[in-house]
Amino acid sequence: MHLLYPAVLAALLFCVGVYGVLARRNAVLLLMSVELMLNAVNLNLIAFDAWLRDALHAGQALTLFAITVAAAEIGLGLAIVLLVFRTRGTADVDRITALGDRAAEVPAQPTEPAADPAPKGQAVS
Amino acid sequence: MTGFLLAAAGPLDAAPRGFLSPTGVEIVFVLVGLAVLGAAVVSVTTRQLVHAALWLVVALGGLAVEFLLLTAEFVAWVQVLIYLGSVVVLVLFGLMLTRAPIGRSPDADSKNRWVALGVALAAAATLVTLVVDAFRTSWIDLGAGGGSTAVTGASLFRHWVLPFEALSVLLLAALVGAIVISRTGSGKAKPRPGKLTTRQER
Repeated sequence: MHLLYPAVLAALLFCVGVYGVLARRNAVLLLMSVELMLNAVNLNLIAFDAWLRDALHAGQALTLFAITVAAAEIGLGLAIVLLVFRTRGTADVDRITALGDRAAEVPAQPTEPAADPAPKGQAVS
Repeated sequence: MTGFLLAAAGPLDAAPRGFLSPTGVEIVFVLVGLAVLGAAVVSVTTRQLVHAALWLVVALGGLAVEFLLLTAEFVAWVQVLIYLGSVVVLVLFGLMLTRAPIGRSPDADSKNRWVALGVALAAAATLVTLVVDAFRTSWIDLGAGGGSTAVTGASLFRHWVLPFEALSVLLLAALVGAIVISRTGSGKAKPRPGKLTTRQER
């Protein structure tokens, strides 16, 4: 089998995952796109393991490790998404902006120290 | 000796095989690959959230078939067990617990989807050009037993034992971390910022 077929398929699958990560709003769908990208990498590892045939079988061993790490990642990621949903009431990554800098709040002169004693942090809306 | 070295380096050489006479394995690989790619594209573009998870099942199952075609049988069944068995179920539970709407949700895609499409197309063009240029003449020699379970198990437990054990500790840590993150406090209802009102405020 030509090495080109699995390599091109893995590249295209990775780019589909990139599109999903950038374009989705729901955090769970974003995690699904990350899984697609990880699977593209797994396909690359398997194909190059079959091509190189090294004595350690590093490709297949690393694929198994990557699958395990991906399982741990999605478990932790979904736990974090559920926690965010419980505290914020939404799972949209566009609306979770408590740590972001709003353009109106950025001081015009950065040299002047902010004299606002109000506690910063979570924006209660 | 030189002949042995040349024979050992055989699959690394440029192969005089063309793309116009594909073997049966290649035809099956391309067909399953098209199915995987289509399912992945539908999975990242559909507006029905549960359907996206179910199309992800199709994509990951097709990838398991691709692993089988690349003679990585153990990895293929691990893929079926872990991805199709547990990850997709976790994703479905996540969709359910975050109250994903059944049916079409108009705000599934964010506003910068055209920028995302441009980035993805540019990355795809770059990667495919690079890969085609680099591996145009490479040939995988899919011999029997190259990636069988016996070979994988022997190398895994002979050369990769320490990473394997470290990975089991990592899984345990991730499990404990997920439980710690997702448990709900100590019974006291704290006032929470956000749009959800707590039970006491109601």
